[in-house]
Amino acid sequence: MKFRRLVIANLFRKKVRTLLTLGSFAVALFLFGLLFVVRGAFSQGVEVAGADRLVIINRVSLIQPLPLAYRDRLQRTPGVKVVTFASWFGGVYQDERNFFPQMAIDVANQRAVYPEFVIPDDQWKAFVADREGAAAGESLAKRFNWKVGDRIPIKGTIYGGTWDFNLRAIYHGKRPQDDTSQFWFHWKLLDERASFYKGFVGWYVLRVENPDDAVPLAKAIDAQFANSPWETKTETEKAFAASWVKQMGNIEFLILTIGGVVFFTLLLVTGNTMAISVRERTGEFAVLKALGYADRFVLGLVIVESLVIAFIGGGVGVCLAKVYTLGGDPTGGMLPYFYLTPTAMLYGVGIALLVGVVSGILPAYSAMRLRVVDALRRV
Amino acid sequence: MVRIDGSGNGECLICVRDLDKKYLRGSEEIDVLQGLNLEVSEGEFVAFMGPSGSGKTTLLNLLGGLDVPTAGTITVAGESITRMSAERLTAWRARHVGFVFQMYNLIPVLNAFENVELPLLLTSLSKAERREHVETALAVVGLSHRMRHYPRQLSGGEEQRVGIARAIVSDPTFLLCDEPTGDLDRKSADEVMDIITSLVDDYGKTVLLVTHDPMVAECAQVVLHLEKGVLVESARVGSKR
Repeated sequence: MKFRRLVIANLFRKKVRTLLTLGSFAVALFLFGLLFVVRGAFSQGVEVAGADRLVIINRVSLIQPLPLAYRDRLQRTPGVKVVTFASWFGGVYQDERNFFPQMAIDVANQRAVYPEFVIPDDQWKAFVADREGAAAGESLAKRFNWKVGDRIPIKGTIYGGTWDFNLRAIYHGKRPQDDTSQFWFHWKLLDERASFYKGFVGWYVLRVENPDDAVPLAKAIDAQFANSPWETKTETEKAFAASWVKQMGNIEFLILTIGGVVFFTLLLVTGNTMAISVRERTGEFAVLKALGYADRFVLGLVIVESLVIAFIGGGVGVCLAKVYTLGGDPTGGMLPYFYLTPTAMLYGVGIALLVGVVSGILPAYSAMRLRVVDALRRV
Repeated sequence: MVRIDGSGNGECLICVRDLDKKYLRGSEEIDVLQGLNLEVSEGEFVAFMGPSGSGKTTLLNLLGGLDVPTAGTITVAGESITRMSAERLTAWRARHVGFVFQMYNLIPVLNAFENVELPLLLTSLSKAERREHVETALAVVGLSHRMRHYPRQLSGGEEQRVGIARAIVSDPTFLLCDEPTGDLDRKSADEVMDIITSLVDDYGKTVLLVTHDPMVAECAQVVLHLEKGVLVESARVGSKR
């Protein structure tokens, strides 16, 4: 601690240079934060997927339906705890840009299959009791400033016409990363009013008794419906979410590549700054050594300076990214899991510190190796 | 008593025996110091003079443990420094040597107090004890009123006085001054030499000083001349004393 003043004084030696270096770290880490959020937004469905849930879709494609009659057969399958289902509605609220997922759900078992979505009991009862009732996620309600009791008209793009719903409930996620951008209404209403796909559902989701049996159970379910007009494709919710993400392309690779380039550039910029800083202070390091400061101390001093810059700059960048993401999904519904986790923030600061050490190590080593006699001769 | 003929019994503060220092310039070997002998007792003030390249600064660097000799031995207070590891030599410097440089070599981002405090940060002294030592050292050089000033706010003479305070603050065994007035006007140089002389006379410090200036050398008790790496001549008791 008694050397703190020396470190601080050195950081303020060239204020503009220090500020610019801090800025480089801040911008890079801000970008890192956003990239991490976008990566998370694409993969979060995979991350939050329930380990004990299976998704069953039509073997041909997701847009092909499955008969409602499968529900009872699924429920009777050994190892299945509870079954629910849903259908994609695909409507437009006021403007096509206002995208959010609307689903006709099975109100009987929705809460049993998705315990992470929390709804006050009175609101849930009101939703169940109202045939035109709807439930919206917290972020969705906030986005459109909806309140319980509001009348919400949605224009059907698949099923046609304008559908008016009464908002009876607002659900919350137990975890910050839970998707609260969905809009639910009664599947029975859809089945009554739709002119096609009557008695059909979009997909089934079921909870299994034992997550370890999920894979053999999925095979057993598909075998059960093999050679029927509506063969099934059953997979774990995680695998389902992962295949969904894959359809978007290799987002992970793209993001890692951009992140890698950003940090490599940062490494060069910071390394160059530290090298200049050390070169300018050759005489001072020589004096410190002449006074009895060990080579290791000089090495440590340069690395600590680099670390302090990395920590402050990186911390500011990550915090700015956090503040930015607090505003929620900026795409209007395409990235519902737009959330920077504390773990990601720690990763960011950790990477900044790593860049700080790596960029400082060479200049620090050259300062450590400096011969006092040679350096003093140059002063 | 200062001896340069190697005839002493070794009971001195600084004892140099048969000191050689060679440098390689390309493939050519240059003898900077050749078989140099020197004995300096505690409380003595020795000035080294000689033309450029005669080896004055090299001798000072060797005595201060900043460089290692090619041959010969240097013993300070009974401890041989010629075979010490670099790490031990660094620690030894912190305890025994106070350096005063020609260009002051203060850290520009630290104020006078903080510059003087630097050697004490390596000790186990408490903050209050460090403060007391620093204030005393600055008082000795007459700069108590300038302790919060940065080097850029000080004159050359004042900067060198801060440099002297930094050299004495840890109460080292001896001081090595490499042309301490080389960058100063006459008035400032006299002030600096008054302080160095006072350190010897009033505080019993041992000082070894390199200079080109005969007036500065006159302040020393003994003036030694280095020519081509050999101590060839000495004059005792400078006329100013």
